[in-house]
Amino acid sequence: MPLLRVEDLHKRYGTEEVLRGVSLTVVKGETKVVIGPSGTGKSTLLRCINRLTEPDRGRVWLGDTEVTGKGTNLNRIRSQIGFVFQDFNLFTHLTALDNVRLGPLRVKGLGKKEATERAMAELARVGLADKAGAYPAELSGGQQQRVSIARALAMDPQLILFDEPTSALDPELIGEVLGVMVKLAEEGMTMIVVTHEMGFARSVADEIVFMERGVIVEQGSPEKMFRSPEVARTGDFLRKISELYGDAA
Amino acid sequence: MTLEAWSQLWPKVPVLLQGLVVNLELLAGLLSLGLVIGVAVALVEVYAPRPFRALALAYEWFFRGVPELVLLFLFYFGPSQFGVDISAFLAAVLALGFRSSAYQSQIFRGAIQAISPGQSLAARSLGMSRLGVIRHVILPQALRLSLAGWSNEFSSVLKDTTLAYGIGVVEVMRQARYLTARNFPLALPAFIVVALMFLILTYAGNWGIGLLERRLRVPGLEARG
Amino acid sequence: MNLVFDWAWLPQLGRGLVLTVELTAACMALGALGGLVLALLRVYARGWLSPLYALASAYVHLFRGTPLLVQLMIVHFGLPNVGIVFTPFVSGLVAMALNTAAYQAEYFRGAIQSVKAGQMMAARSVGLTRLQAIRHVIIPQALRLVIPPWSNELIYMLKYSSIVYMVGAADLMGVGRTIAAKNFRFLELFLVVAAIYLAVVLLLTLTMRWVEKRLRVPGLGTSGRGA
Ligand SMILES: Nc1ncnc2c1ncn2[C@@H]1O[C@H](COP(=O)(O)OP(=O)(O)OP(=O)(O)O)[C@@H](O)[C@H]1O
Ligand SMILES: [Mg+2]
Repeated sequence: MPLLRVEDLHKRYGTEEVLRGVSLTVVKGETKVVIGPSGTGKSTLLRCINRLTEPDRGRVWLGDTEVTGKGTNLNRIRSQIGFVFQDFNLFTHLTALDNVRLGPLRVKGLGKKEATERAMAELARVGLADKAGAYPAELSGGQQQRVSIARALAMDPQLILFDEPTSALDPELIGEVLGVMVKLAEEGMTMIVVTHEMGFARSVADEIVFMERGVIVEQGSPEKMFRSPEVARTGDFLRKISELYGDAA
Repeated sequence: MTLEAWSQLWPKVPVLLQGLVVNLELLAGLLSLGLVIGVAVALVEVYAPRPFRALALAYEWFFRGVPELVLLFLFYFGPSQFGVDISAFLAAVLALGFRSSAYQSQIFRGAIQAISPGQSLAARSLGMSRLGVIRHVILPQALRLSLAGWSNEFSSVLKDTTLAYGIGVVEVMRQARYLTARNFPLALPAFIVVALMFLILTYAGNWGIGLLERRLRVPGLEARG
Repeated sequence: MNLVFDWAWLPQLGRGLVLTVELTAACMALGALGGLVLALLRVYARGWLSPLYALASAYVHLFRGTPLLVQLMIVHFGLPNVGIVFTPFVSGLVAMALNTAAYQAEYFRGAIQSVKAGQMMAARSVGLTRLQAIRHVIIPQALRLVIPPWSNELIYMLKYSSIVYMVGAADLMGVGRTIAAKNFRFLELFLVVAAIYLAVVLLLTLTMRWVEKRLRVPGLGTSGRGA
């Protein structure tokens, strides 16, 4: 059984149809990379999966729980789906440690000692144990994004959604964040990653999904998508994006 | 609060309105005084040599730090101790006007400082004098930028005109007190009517200033934040 | 004519000052509580709670749109018409607290709304409920952001509390006036009273600046305005 099942998601803002029937499945341990032009609905798709945005139509299952079901405990579901934002969204008034600890304390109901240990372990996992006492404004963008990954990890999520996690970073800081993500993938974490980093997509993704104007145009292994895409648009886009981000194969 | 009280109050509303006119006269006087002095103080604070700047700041600090009622008493009773008699109305215009100038000067100073230095450089490069720059380039922009802050000051001093009651100006509060001293059950309705009058004036005034702001709007020149 | 000062005034004025300070402190505390609730309603009460939003908004407009002195008169001279009678001190406290709550509501609302939208989204993504997010993420940030305008309000209320002498309370202003009415040294007394107010304003300004610095968090913009 797939870990995540998305069925026929629709979403419109005003008259603009942003998602026009998106379906996909993710199995445990899989890394799925979503690519596509700007304004195509990639962020909207991720946010509809844990209902930070309410979809108009369609269904989402996490394991055998229907996320979109009426009586679903949404906060419990969200605690099981990590989310990493493009602009980090670390809690400004809290130190790195407190950012990571807030969920375990308030959502999981762990004791202070346990939550602290947990948070410190996750900070160590992203290589930032020594920055536990720093406020977000005192950290570089790359460090902030790693803290936000630790914040997601501390909830023991079954799945993490990454929305362009490196797009807001200076080029020299992208590597440290991608490094953490590669490590997570190797450890068997299930992830959906929206990104323009083709190097990451090529080497880490189990499957690449190409979205355009609210629908999935094509999906398949990196091998297939880069070598012999079935749809011409896919090839065009991959060429363009690889040029732009300097990662032609 | 009976219906009877309201019906007794009704014929007295013109008296209250007479009082309100005095509040409006007071408002006009104190705002004009405050505007003129406020602009002057702001200009001194931005452009004048150091000692003058310090003096202007001290002036601001004094008039912002002392309660308006205390200022009213100082201006009303102070001169009479030197044998100079001053009407309660004039004392109120002076006290509230000086106080308002200390607030208005901050608004203008902020506006002047928000204008980019390039504006004045460009004007100087045309050969304009320093005063010319201030008059033709800085002030027209600064006055527009200060309208938002000025509208706050307007609502605030409009309500503060009631404080003139404290030194015996026969404005709307005083009229209301006269009415209710003779007829105690009128107190609640009378003061509610006064409150409504100010509510209407506040909103009418802000609407007017908003209109002015739109009339004077220049694309690209907006108060930020 | 010479100015004449008398040391004997000071103890009396001191007692008045105590009342002024008590009144200001109490009304600011009550106003903060009320203001925070009003602000939360104005920002978050939507859907089936929207009647509360409308009530809170009406309250804020009403109390900001009318003079505090009129509010005081309604409380002290008007409410007895419907059988509610307060002492001068309580009348002053009630009117001032109701009034400052409306102003503080606007400061809190501004602070809450200047917390970035991503903060709420991130909190929800971790699984916090809306209420938890408001309590643990939004309010702590808003409280820091509100310090500068709140300090201004504190000083404003300290000065404005002088109106309570008009309903017979013996605050700093009232005591000064009473002494002056006996010896006709209006100028001297009100100079002394002004100096005392200025000193307290200065003290409060410095204290609040210290508090702001103590609570400062890097990156959490406290754009201060001078008091
Ligand atoms: N809250 C919103 N209200 C109205 N329109 C929105 C909202 N969020 C997104 N949109 C619109 O929906 C469309 C898709 O947005 P979305 O952010 O999902 O695209 P995206 O694929 O993530 O693009 P990008 O690569 O630029 O991040 C855009 O046209 C955007 O303007
Ligand atoms: Mg996006």
